[in-house]
Amino acid sequence: MSKEHEHGMTVIVKTVTRLTVGLIFLYGIYIILHGHLTPGGGFAGGVIIALSFMNLDLAFGGSVSAKVFSKGSTGVVEALGAVMFLALALIGLRYGGFFDNFLHPDGDPGQLVSAGIIPLENIAISLKVGAGLFGIFLTLIVLQKFESEKK
Amino acid sequence: MISENIIPLFVAIPLAGAFLTVLFKRIKGIPDTLGVMASAGAFALSILFVLKMEIGQRIIYNVGNWGGFQEVLGKIVGIQLVVDGLTTFMLVTVNLIAFLVAVYSISYMTRYTEKWQFYSLFLLMLAGMNGVLITGDMFNLFVFVEIASLASYALVAFGTEKRELEASFKYAVMGGIASLLILLGVIFLYSNTGTLNMGNMAKILDSSEEPVLIYLVFGLFLAGFGLKAAIIPFHAWLPDAHPSAPAPISAMLSGVLIKALGVYTLVRVFYCVFGFPEQVSSIFMTLGALSMIIAVLLALKQWDMKRLLAYHSISQIGYIILGFGIGSHLGIMGGLLHLFNHSVFKSLLFLNAGSLEYATGTRNLKEMGGLTKQMPVTSWTTLSASMSISGVPPFAGFWSKLIIILACIERGLWFYAIIAVLASILTLASFMKVTRYAFLGDIRKKLRNVVEVPVPMRIVMIILAIMCIFGGVLLLPGVRQGFLDQAVEVLSGVRGV
Repeated sequence: MSKEHEHGMTVIVKTVTRLTVGLIFLYGIYIILHGHLTPGGGFAGGVIIALSFMNLDLAFGGSVSAKVFSKGSTGVVEALGAVMFLALALIGLRYGGFFDNFLHPDGDPGQLVSAGIIPLENIAISLKVGAGLFGIFLTLIVLQKFESEKK
Repeated sequence: MISENIIPLFVAIPLAGAFLTVLFKRIKGIPDTLGVMASAGAFALSILFVLKMEIGQRIIYNVGNWGGFQEVLGKIVGIQLVVDGLTTFMLVTVNLIAFLVAVYSISYMTRYTEKWQFYSLFLLMLAGMNGVLITGDMFNLFVFVEIASLASYALVAFGTEKRELEASFKYAVMGGIASLLILLGVIFLYSNTGTLNMGNMAKILDSSEEPVLIYLVFGLFLAGFGLKAAIIPFHAWLPDAHPSAPAPISAMLSGVLIKALGVYTLVRVFYCVFGFPEQVSSIFMTLGALSMIIAVLLALKQWDMKRLLAYHSISQIGYIILGFGIGSHLGIMGGLLHLFNHSVFKSLLFLNAGSLEYATGTRNLKEMGGLTKQMPVTSWTTLSASMSISGVPPFAGFWSKLIIILACIERGLWFYAIIAVLASILTLASFMKVTRYAFLGDIRKKLRNVVEVPVPMRIVMIILAIMCIFGGVLLLPGVRQGFLDQAVEVLSGVRGV
């Protein structure tokens, strides 16, 4: 057996995960981008994206996802999301008010590119929520490893 | 006139500081600089408001600039930020202490690792508090209360020792219950009035004949905000949580957090939304008197300096609540002035305790002694803060306590006046103990090599001590009109006194 199979769950779970992880990730992006049209948005989409990373860890065990997305970078991405959100709100001050929708104030129902800064804010929220949630997950993994090593 | 676009900056500046700190944590000196600059910026803006606001002026700011959609069916749906006299008063208090604490932390927090986490959480807490002060929307108030509380839970556990984690957990559970009660109250109010805007709510409640539901909301808010303010039946978490945090954070928690999240919200909701009914007035006075006397009795037997100070916080909050409970012009003025004074002297006392711990490594009064020679600045500033909190003339605390006691006598409430005087005497007794055991007497052998704390910490303590000595200046006619009177006006206008 290759080294890959030493950790994590059975081959069935690994195969299914390999097939679905990309789809889950894409679905998260879909939810974020359609946040202003359909139920969902930055928060829900961010959680789904974080879940796709967590799936990798659960199926393949240990720190597979940490190679793609380390704990340090989750902090940076999270802060970037928050700064982006705040910056969009502050740019509004120049056009008439805090959180002023300066790009497209009226909007067309059903159109993807129509809601001005709302989709951009959704993207910022998804970065913050997704990275934040995944960061918490990684911290818990590290904590568990630390405790099992102590035993 | 003052540009209303400044109002959201009270939240935006600390928030930006918090997240930029996380982004640039690796660059040396950035967390300190951002922490001090963001709090200094917010403080400068609050001073600007005091100077530029006209008497009785109220600035309303519509977030999001919704134009014609701001009002639907006669009810305001967008979030409004409101700045009036009371708000500016609180903004100055909170941001002044935050700025000084940020400067103090530059040296103090070198004892801990991960300084950037400290400054990031500190600024988040400041953003939450400023948000609570400027919002005019009930649900928004709840959200900002949560932001400030969550940051403070993490800060209490900052040392990550067993004791600190336990205190933080207890604090988080009690804070969670408080938030739940507040949210429930907001839900009932919304279902009853159909709006979340405080101004709208007050009008609708004023014109409707008092439904039973309102009394339920009274109870929920009293318990919820009372837990945040730690008045006596709801105080159990405070003596654990406040001493466990790093000293600058203890200063913030006891100095301003319980006032912004507890006292201010209680006063804002019960005065400005409910019009301060008679029943609430007597509840405020009873709880205030209970807090004053019980907490000071509990404080007398403490040997851990920070725990002793934490009990005194509950006691002093009792004075403030009593002042607001009386509800007369004099009572409100005394309450507000004592709120400001308490912010100053209690943060100073916690910073003093921090300095003692920084220099000697202990908080136990029994293990100190004779430190006046080694630490003159800490010693003298502690003395001035102790005199102020005990109400010795001519220190700041004397004037505010005097006004509260006079307000009691003016209303014929002799019983409360006597309790206030008694609690003040007991406070003096317990601070004489602090002075005696920490600073007077013979120096211990192992404390011979103790030296005074670094310069930034000293400067902050001296500034606060000067404010303790000359705090009475706020009552002089010229100074009073711009600052204190405006805040009193907002509250006393509600009752027409």
